Order: sequence, then structure tokens, then C-alpha cells
Amino acid sequence: MKKKIAIYTLLITASLTFLYPFFWMIVTSLSPEKEIGGLVALPTQFTWDNYIQMFSKIPIGRAFFNSIFTALMTTSGVILFCSMVGYALAKMNFRGRNLIFYVIIFTMTLPFQITLIPNYITMVKLNLVDTYAALVIPFLLNSFAILMFRQAFKTIPDALIDAARVDGCSEPRIIFQILFPNIVPTIVTVGILTFMNSWNEVLWPLIVIRNEDMMTMPQMVTLFSVGGRAEAQIGVKLAAAVVLALPIMIAYSFFQKYFIQSMASSGVKE
Amino acid sequence: MFKRKSIYKTPNKPKGWKKTMMPYLMVSPYIIHFIVFVAFPVLFSLVLTFHEWNIISPMKFKGFNNYIKMFNDRMFWKAIVNTLQFLVIHIPLQLIFALALAEFLNQKIRFKGFFRAAFFLPVIVSGVVVTMLWQQLFGFDTGLFNRILVSVGLDRVGWLVDPDIAMTSIAIMATWKNVGLYVILFLVGLQTVPAHYYEAASIEGASHWQKFRRITLPMINPTIFMVVILSTIGGFSLFIEPYIMTGGGPLNSTLSSVLYIYKQAFQYYHMGYSVTLGFFFAMLILAVVAIQKKYLETDI
Repeated sequence: MKKKIAIYTLLITASLTFLYPFFWMIVTSLSPEKEIGGLVALPTQFTWDNYIQMFSKIPIGRAFFNSIFTALMTTSGVILFCSMVGYALAKMNFRGRNLIFYVIIFTMTLPFQITLIPNYITMVKLNLVDTYAALVIPFLLNSFAILMFRQAFKTIPDALIDAARVDGCSEPRIIFQILFPNIVPTIVTVGILTFMNSWNEVLWPLIVIRNEDMMTMPQMVTLFSVGGRAEAQIGVKLAAAVVLALPIMIAYSFFQKYFIQSMASSGVKE
Repeated sequence: MFKRKSIYKTPNKPKGWKKTMMPYLMVSPYIIHFIVFVAFPVLFSLVLTFHEWNIISPMKFKGFNNYIKMFNDRMFWKAIVNTLQFLVIHIPLQLIFALALAEFLNQKIRFKGFFRAAFFLPVIVSGVVVTMLWQQLFGFDTGLFNRILVSVGLDRVGWLVDPDIAMTSIAIMATWKNVGLYVILFLVGLQTVPAHYYEAASIEGASHWQKFRRITLPMINPTIFMVVILSTIGGFSLFIEPYIMTGGGPLNSTLSSVLYIYKQAFQYYHMGYSVTLGFFFAMLILAVVAIQKKYLETDI
């Protein structure tokens, strides 16, 4: 019994360590600037002032749209393209299949530091700087998603595919109409990971986007925080951070299990 | 069954050219992507390391100049030392806290889902948010940590302004952000240990610690290995945290490798040199991971 109490105390303390800072962030962003700073800090009055100021200082609405658009395009592109590649690797016989498979594995271990600057140069030369294409295209295919789809398609019996072929189904129709309903967990996993990574990505946008109208949320909030425009007002900065965190936190509160499973599987695979 | 197959299958399958080309058509997006975003950049960066270039004017061939410059560049060595300093603090913290929390969660307790979800929250939130949040916690005059220290009668700590401490502060923050993921990975690892191992050990009279040391640790060695590798790669990828918090300061004590590449490329437009740095750091990461692989997988 004593041991149980000790364990619960530890676990509750740990959870507070992870939850309290976020709580503090939200409360502070709703507090008047002069009241910020207390430890427990439930302010005497709530105010939207920080948010109103933040909205008037940066085009955060536009950035929000850019981020959502980029993340949705990337996610649907990854599901479309990576599932096709994964399917070909799992269920079709062709010359060079193993070679492609090894290339995918190799690409996975290649540190991004090596391709970062050359890829920026490619974007400059293709005239894609300050476009959605620059934010989406480089992320449309990735080794992890392909391997996840390959694994999922491998578990599907050949008989199902053969039956569909006998009925005259084209290969894309087999994938998207017949097999997709059977691999929903994989689609959800890949979808959540891709969306989250795209939403949180900040280094690449900082490199390829200069025009304020094209900036994504994390980039906009970063530049707002680093640049002088927040005028060292903590509440205003944190309001921007809250707006950046909220969509993912809301999604997380609904699909918590999937988030954890997805991330765990990505760790296991790497 | 066999007969039916032989009758129907052949005439209805896509024939000839279309049939052989189909798989290639389906993998072609990957091949194009690989050529444009992996193969070409790697080869191109190899070429660029021998050149001086600011993107606008033509490339100038400079032989090994970039490499010589790199080895004589104190900032470059500083970035490596900083990364190592980060790893030396971050990896043990990560392992200890993740393993301890996973071990507690693996007991028969209620609200397991809630605890897991709480630990995991910082993992899914943008690093930008986490950094801005901790920047406030670390603040010298008004930060939460220093307020607590002062209230119990201790001196303020220069979390982000003292060059000896700044990287440690960032390593602590990174641990806080990522530990939830590793808790989950360790939980998966712990659940693969067969329960009868522990039962047998209990019968023999083994203590909790002995069981942990002799059964748990060896059994979850693959997970430990994975956590070390992932943290190492994470350490070398450190960028947004120092970018927002310190800009690499004070006295370049938090200048990370990616931040240095970024600065060389976009503050000074030294494309050739920044590519050389990127190339070298990538090789360094591969080497470090290979060494860890060799020692960690055979040991224990």
C-alpha cells in the first residue's frame, strides 16, 4: 500500500511537470501584461488583449491558412504516393524491386544536414522560393511512410488482389478502393505523423519562405518571438505560441491513442 | 479452384507493355523524388565543397580551401563541442527519466492512460512553442525557476545567460520535450519481458534491484540502444531551440551544428562552406551512430 502511494505521488508529480507549463502558458496569455509573473497566477481578470494585439501585429490568420493548406496537401500527397510505392514493393514483381527497397532504407539513414542547403539551392533554381510547392513537394515522399505501407500491404492475402485482378480491376483501383479499407490503421498512422510533422516543421520554411504572406505558423511565431515586433511583451508572445499549439493539442485530445501509437511505431522503425 | 484460375486469370490480366510498365509507373514518383531531393543534392554538395559560391555569381573552384577553412574554424569546433556537451547531459537524463517513468507506469495502477497522455503532450507540440515557454521559465529576473530559487533563499541561476550553463539548460528542456516518447518506447520494451522470468527470480529470492539489473536491463537493451541513437540524431539536429532562445550565444556556447550551417548559408551566403559543414556533420553523425551501434549492441 505504501508503495502504491509512493508510485502515485511520483506519477502525479511527473504529470504536473508536463502539464503545468502549458496551463501556465494559456493562463498567462489571457492575463493583463502587468499581472504576469506570479507563480500560481490565476489573474484577477481575464482579457483577450494579448490576442487582439498579436492579431494586429502579424498576419497570423494568413499563416494559419498556409499551415493548414500545406499540411493537408502534404498529408494527402504522402498517402497517395507512398501507398502506391509501398504496394508495388509489397505485391508486384519487377526488376530492380530490391534495389529500390535498399535505396529507401539507405535514404532513411542519411542525415538531413547533407541535403539541406543543396535542396534550398534547387528551390532557388526552380524558382520555387516563396511558393506552396516549396513547402509541399520535398515532403511528398518519405522512406518511413513507404515502409509502413509496404508492411501493411504484405499482410493482405494475395488471393484478394488476384480476385480483384480477375474482375478486371486496375492496380490503382485495387489499392485505393479494395485494399485501403483493410489498412485503415496504417493510413491513420501515416496521416497523423505527416500532418503533425508538416504542421510543426520550422527549419525548412525559415529557409525557403521570405514573403510574409507565404509564411507558415511556426515560422511566423518564431520570427515574431525573435524579431522585435512583440516588443518584449510576454503575454503577446505566449498568445502567439498558444495559437500555434492549440490545433495540434485539440487534435491530440481527440486522437490521443493514435498519436501515441503512431509516434511509437515511428521510433521503432527508425 | 486451380482450373478456374487458369481459365480466367490469364485473359483478364493487363497484358504486355502495360503490365510490365505498371510497377515502374507506380514507383516513379519515388525515383524522381530520390533523384531530385537525395541523389542530386548529395553529389552536388560533394562538388560544392570544392567551390566558393554565393548562389548569384558563378562558382569559383577553390580546391580544398573549404576543408582547410573548416578544420581551422574555431566556431566549427565549438559547435561540435557544444553538441557533445548537449549529448553528454541529454542522453543519461533521457534514459534515467524515461526508464523510471516507464517502470512506474508498468505497475498495476489506475489512470495509466491519463499519465501516458500527460507525459506525451510535449512530444506532439511544436518545438517553437516549447522553446518560447521555457524561455520564460528560464528568464533571469522574472523566470519561474529563478523566482522559486529566490523564494527559498537561493541565488538566481543564469540559465540562458551563463555560457557554462546555457547548453545544459537547453539539454534539460529537450529532455522534458522528448521523454514522453521514450517512456512509450520503454513501455513497449518492458512488456516484451516474459513475466515468468520475474516469477522465477522471485522464487530464488532476488530483490527488486537485482531483477531490474539482471533481467530488465538486458532484455530492453535494444530499446536503450534505440533511445541513444534517436537522442544522438536529435542532438545533432538541434536548431530551433538555440535559434529562438539564445541565437547561439552567450559566447557561442549554444551554437549547434545546424544553427552554424544555417548562419553560414543565410547570414554570410557562403554556400560552398555551409555545404562542406553539412557534409562533414552528416558523416560525423553516421560515424557516431556506427560506433554506438558497435559498442552498445555487443555490450551488456
